Amino acid sequence: MEDLDTRAAQALAEIGNADTLDTLDALRVSLLGKSGIVTAALKALGTLSPDERKARGADVNRLKERLNDALGARKQTLEQAELDRRLASEKLDISMPGRDGERGGIHPITRTLERIAAIFARLGYQRADGPEIEDDWHNFEALNFPPHHPARAMHDTFYFGDGRLLRTHTSPVQIRAMKGRQPPIRVIAPGKVYRSDSDQTHSPMFHQIEGLLVDETSSFADLKGTLAEFIRAFFERDFEMRFRPSYFPFTEPSAEVDIRWDAEDGSTRWLEVLGCGMVHPNVLKNCGIDPERYTGFAFGLGVERFAMLRYGVSDLRAFFENDLRFLKQFA
Amino acid sequence: MKFSENWLRELVEIKADRAALAHALTMAGLEVEELTPLGDNLTGVVVAEIVAAEKHPEADRLQVCKVNAGSGETLQIVCGAPNARVGIKVPLATVGANLPGGIAIKAAKLRGVESFGMLCSAKELGIDNDASGLLELPQDAPVGQALADYLGLPDASIELKLTPNRPDCLGLVGLAHDVAALFGSHVKVPAQAEAPVTGTAQRGIRLEAGADAPRYLGRIVEGIDPAARTPLWLAERLRRAGLRPISAVVDVTNYVMLELGQPLHAFDNDTLTGDIVVRHAHADETLKLLDGSEVKLDRGFLLIADEQKGLAVAGVMGGYDSRVTDATRNIFLEAAHFAPAAIMGRARKLGMHTDASHRFERGVDPELPRRALERATELLLAIAGGKAGPVLAAENPADLPKPAAVGLRRARLKRVLGVEVADAEVARIFTALGMQVEAGADGWRITAPSSRFDIEREEDLIEEVARIYGYDRIPTHIPAGELALAIEPEARLNELAVREHLATRDYHEAVNLAFVSHALLQQWGMTEQLVPLANPLSADLAVMRPSLLPGLIEALSHNRARQQERVRLFELGRVFAAGDPPVETPSLAIVASGHARAEQWGEAARPLDFFDLKGDLDSLIVWGGEPQRWSVHADGLPGWLHPGRGARVALDGQTVGYLGALHPQLARQLDLGPDVHVLELALQPLLGRRLPKAQPVPRFPSVRRDIAVDVPEHMAWAQVEQAVRGALGALLAELRLFDRYSGKGVEAGRKSLAMGLILQDGSRTLTDDDADRCVRNAVDALERSCEAKLRG
Repeated sequence: MEDLDTRAAQALAEIGNADTLDTLDALRVSLLGKSGIVTAALKALGTLSPDERKARGADVNRLKERLNDALGARKQTLEQAELDRRLASEKLDISMPGRDGERGGIHPITRTLERIAAIFARLGYQRADGPEIEDDWHNFEALNFPPHHPARAMHDTFYFGDGRLLRTHTSPVQIRAMKGRQPPIRVIAPGKVYRSDSDQTHSPMFHQIEGLLVDETSSFADLKGTLAEFIRAFFERDFEMRFRPSYFPFTEPSAEVDIRWDAEDGSTRWLEVLGCGMVHPNVLKNCGIDPERYTGFAFGLGVERFAMLRYGVSDLRAFFENDLRFLKQFA
Repeated sequence: MKFSENWLRELVEIKADRAALAHALTMAGLEVEELTPLGDNLTGVVVAEIVAAEKHPEADRLQVCKVNAGSGETLQIVCGAPNARVGIKVPLATVGANLPGGIAIKAAKLRGVESFGMLCSAKELGIDNDASGLLELPQDAPVGQALADYLGLPDASIELKLTPNRPDCLGLVGLAHDVAALFGSHVKVPAQAEAPVTGTAQRGIRLEAGADAPRYLGRIVEGIDPAARTPLWLAERLRRAGLRPISAVVDVTNYVMLELGQPLHAFDNDTLTGDIVVRHAHADETLKLLDGSEVKLDRGFLLIADEQKGLAVAGVMGGYDSRVTDATRNIFLEAAHFAPAAIMGRARKLGMHTDASHRFERGVDPELPRRALERATELLLAIAGGKAGPVLAAENPADLPKPAAVGLRRARLKRVLGVEVADAEVARIFTALGMQVEAGADGWRITAPSSRFDIEREEDLIEEVARIYGYDRIPTHIPAGELALAIEPEARLNELAVREHLATRDYHEAVNLAFVSHALLQQWGMTEQLVPLANPLSADLAVMRPSLLPGLIEALSHNRARQQERVRLFELGRVFAAGDPPVETPSLAIVASGHARAEQWGEAARPLDFFDLKGDLDSLIVWGGEPQRWSVHADGLPGWLHPGRGARVALDGQTVGYLGALHPQLARQLDLGPDVHVLELALQPLLGRRLPKAQPVPRFPSVRRDIAVDVPEHMAWAQVEQAVRGALGALLAELRLFDRYSGKGVEAGRKSLAMGLILQDGSRTLTDDDADRCVRNAVDALERSCEAKLRG
């Protein structure tokens, strides 16, 4: 009996001292295996009287249990230690760059144009399109610009030999949109336009967005409300705005829209951002829409201007140089 | 339209300061484009006369002047202006004055000589940009008078950006009427008195141009003093309106044009022969104009002529030979009405733009000529003397524009503006604008004055109400109205999605001008079906682009010249081809150079090749969901592609674009290397997208078998693929090419292809035997049709 207790104490100490899983496993075999002390003790039970055997058997089983527990606990400790060691050696330099993390980007003009179109899409405006090489009728006459009218002089026009021209504004899309259908009409027409003018603040090609709403109730108040909402949505802030009387042959009354812009030096100034007005009855008539029954408004804006204001671009020409150092700022 | 603020204030009472006036003008549609204050802070600046001038003892460039400033004592002033000399009258800033530029005048010693003030240039006084010397005042300028009083300062030069519908504001009196309506005040323009007729000279006038020139007035003024000088006040008003004083006669006609808006012309009467004839020009008739240019006219031009020759292009510019010179003593003054349509575009056709054409093509009040003629006579007689003959007039009253009453419905006004304007306010606005108002049950009948060419229909009246009522007072409202929800077809990619897709594949979007040069297209061999501009800005921007690539490659080169080796750009835009109408095709182009992947630590750098761009193309095609409709072909390539490293792309057999390496010759011309690859496709085919139709996923596992064969070098993968697919049919779920090798271990002229066969049966699990049989069948087919040999 004494012998077993001594052996048990000794075995527990050995388990506690085992410092590798191999040592521990060898120990398990020597203690619990076929020739281990527990097996020997169980075998020795056969020589005992039934009473002794019962008491002694219970002792041996308790011992077996204690050894098992101790082995398991020690194994867990050693495994944890080994895992810790491994994890310590598997440390990455996570500050190194990831693989293939580059991304290109969308041009700031497209980005601006798409944001604007998306804002109007939420108001139910559908996209419309038209050719960039237009005829005189769509670009001018249908929009109430008579031949030789001084208002044409404001549109420095590129011509082709056959009398066709590069559209000077997106307004001809109004005509195409209205000719194709009857009100209610809500369309937005983004696209390239061309004017024969090139300097620091003019590019011979630029982008406009034309908007048009025609229905039975639209008024100048609706026009003001729509554009005020648009400006707020685009710049994500409220601006002081003003509508100034102006003149476009295809709208009447016509207005130019200024916003009160904060310059970086802290000063503020009025900045023209939009032209708009109530669709001229002649234009509705030219498109087969009854101006007595329907009224409408139209507006046009320069995409470059909005992109410059939104992103702080100071040089118009940067948009068309396609310098990656510029483009990457908009990725 | 540029004018002196003080002049306007003389014509109409304005109960507002300068800033408020400018704001009111802008908000009434008469946009103030520029406002230049003139002669602020001129306290202490007086008219002075230089009575003595000696060279400064210590400085070559300086003079010591003795100046009489009317104070009784002579002041000593040191002055560096080159034109300082005895006898001239100049502005003197006395001690204590603070000039607009921030110069405070103090008594000072200049190189040891005392100076008690400063003689000034126009620029130093803030009244003009001339800094070349002292501002020389007229000899009759009263010594000692405050300069501001003498010159009518302070003032401001105001420039309006007038819209083409408001020619009535191209004269100050017309502008004054609008201002009066804005401020609820009155115009202070006296009725024009008739000049005393003391001469008798006459000349006949014949109108031969019908409705184009329905009224022509003239008058001969004899015996004017050719040396007469334009008085300072008049010259100053011209200068503040941006006009240079020239001579008494010209200055008077310009002044009246600015004041009333009626262009006038003066001929040297001694150069005229017989009657004045107002007619259309003959075909190819020529005339030498005032500016010395010789113009060739046609029947579309109105001409002022006498019985022998042309004198002036009506409404545009006078002729050279009949001009007023500094010897002219007898003049013929002209004031006429020309129909806007008869003048529109004529100056432009001659490459000109004049103050007269600017006004006539927009419309000048037909009632103005007589008044303008009398006003000009009045001024001319006062300045240059002479005897005015009787007013000579010819007119066809039937052809003069007649103001017609236009109706305005109260309900329409409210509907268009979205606000109710009180009846009394409407009536007040029209009355203030000089219109006759006749009220009815439903609205008003309005007759505009003859000066307004823009009041023809109801909308014109609505605009006038809105303009004077104030756009700011119209409320804002969000449109209501029924609206069908727009359908966006799911079976179609939108362009933004394509752009985003390419951006995630590491391409940056570029936007190039849509015109290119002939020379560049020549390099690319793109010379067919071009659409050239008739009036390009320059040779570089002369042709509408037939392809996005030349411009996009230029952008690539721009970046490579700026230390960017790996450049990846794409563009979406239209390309143009000749046709009736010209054909515009939305296109997508990609250009790339440098390494296939960005330089990084875990991967060896690999030069970009054909298959990188083909992968970009594949990613777009796969997106559309119907890759089987697409094919690439090695034949039919354009000349700008490398003949062995390029492909023609087709959808349903129709060519839709190309991709590949640039032709080495073109690349060399463009100073680019072999790494530059391009792709261009028509955009529309790419946007097609199959609406998915779901199939059940396979219930049984798939089996993979890999095989490697070697085939002749020229054997296309497409043929290999076709053979395998043909042999295995529906059992082949997928075929993956995972290696291509030639070189050591492979016979010369042959290449090894290793592929994975993914086998799948929809009704059962395939056995090893099944799979082995498939491999055998595939290899047999390859041996049969692709000269393949199975590799160990």
